[in-house]
Amino acid sequence: MGIYNRILKPRKLQLSNKKVIEEPISKTPIILIMLFIAACISAKITGFNIHILLKRGGKFFNILTQMFPPKLSYVNNIWNPLFDTIKMSLLGSMTGSILAIPFAILASSNLVFNRFFMLVIRFLLSLVRTLPTLVTALVATYIFGLGTMAGTVAICIFTFAYVGKQLYEQIETVDMGAYEAMEAMGANKTYAFLAAILPQVLPAYLSICLFCFEGNVRYASILGYVGAGGLGLIINEKIGWREYDSVGMILVVLFITVIIIEALSHYIRLRLT
Amino acid sequence: MNQKILVKYEEEPKRWILQLSIAFLIGIMLAWSSSTVNYKITAKGVEMAGCIITGIFHPDTKLLFDLSENGVAYLLLETMCIAFLGTIVGAILSVPLSFLSAANVVARPVALLVRVFIMAIRTVPALVYGLMFIRVTGPGAFTGLLTMSLCSIGMISKMYIESIEDLDIKILESLDAIGCTTLQKIRYGIIPQLFPDFMSTIIYRFDMNLRDATVLGMVGAGGIGAPLIYAMNAYRWNEAGAILTGLIVLILVIEVISTKIRVKLARG
Repeated sequence: MGIYNRILKPRKLQLSNKKVIEEPISKTPIILIMLFIAACISAKITGFNIHILLKRGGKFFNILTQMFPPKLSYVNNIWNPLFDTIKMSLLGSMTGSILAIPFAILASSNLVFNRFFMLVIRFLLSLVRTLPTLVTALVATYIFGLGTMAGTVAICIFTFAYVGKQLYEQIETVDMGAYEAMEAMGANKTYAFLAAILPQVLPAYLSICLFCFEGNVRYASILGYVGAGGLGLIINEKIGWREYDSVGMILVVLFITVIIIEALSHYIRLRLT
Repeated sequence: MNQKILVKYEEEPKRWILQLSIAFLIGIMLAWSSSTVNYKITAKGVEMAGCIITGIFHPDTKLLFDLSENGVAYLLLETMCIAFLGTIVGAILSVPLSFLSAANVVARPVALLVRVFIMAIRTVPALVYGLMFIRVTGPGAFTGLLTMSLCSIGMISKMYIESIEDLDIKILESLDAIGCTTLQKIRYGIIPQLFPDFMSTIIYRFDMNLRDATVLGMVGAGGIGAPLIYAMNAYRWNEAGAILTGLIVLILVIEVISTKIRVKLARG
């Protein structure tokens, strides 16, 4: 900021009581110009072309119109993959969020005083978080074979990293008074954690897990693309056969499922907080 | 003293029936979903895991430091451009949608309708969008950009709606009281309130889009995804390792920067 203020001198204003104040010049225009330049460069590299978009934009609806009306008779073939998807995300989310607890505790700066150790755990969590879920799913299919197990493992790994990060941020914001009081009274660390910190973070933790589960259901539906079971498998198959009306039916079912799950989890999360 | 504590303990609500039933429910769900698990790891799987790990930890340095159009550096640049423009286009498209679905701006039925529409946009997997856009623009980075912008709408507008609904009306009322025009009210009353939140959302989404960019590769929509998936499908783990290393480093760097900016935005 210092350099910035030296180049563009703040404007000086004299108030009616002869007091001189400085008004720093807004940085918004410069940021906007920089963003605009970045956008131009990106447009060049990605080949962004508004003319093509305007001229051929209607083609986008080609597949979309073929999806409607959805083929209702296909619905009976959807239930199994749909339940597979839900099971995968349910089990993956549960195991992942339970696995995340010890790591989150070890990564929170108010409970662990060894800074090096804490940073290593944090780095591990962010490293796992950078792994694209599709890549973990693909690797899992090579190890566990095609099927739902691979998807479950991929979702578990993603949930682990996501919940781990959110949870340690949550633990760091708790009120440490009760914990310190319990330690002063002679409780050991485990007991003090269970009695003083757990009740404070539990609602937030459950709400994070539910939120993650919500996202996972949506994500699990594309894992089938790499052979990890679930709805993606049949979406892929039907697209391959160009039976877009069946794809439309799958999407409708998925949409309804996602709405139900979101409504449920939204209700539970409201109750929790 | 002890007596008092015991009395307090007695006053604690007894919710063990609720807790027990929740535990029971979770147990049933676990049992139901455990059918997805199979522990049959074949000998081939173990051998494969070994190959993958050695491959990924010995990245192909020639590919990693190749600066031509096939090198990791250019692919990362392309991915970043897709994510960047995709986020911006998505963010612009989300503005009208989120104003139309904020309960304090329009009537409730309209808001509900637009919300369902946003949710429908969000449900369609990225791969299906990719296929639709390939009809428009052919395979390449442009398709990736369009797909990414449509996929971003769902989450961006969800966050936008939250900040619009949190708008402080009192500021607008006081601007009204000193006789501001509508335009002035928007300039001094609404934009300063929304701008930091919106920017924060956009930066967060950019971060996410960069992570999701691999998905686009599946449909040939440009970026780093396609070479990564091809390398993995062909068991060329050294190449996959090189690409993954580049991607991970990029994501970590972007994450650090974006967290810094967002913390600054949040604290003003």
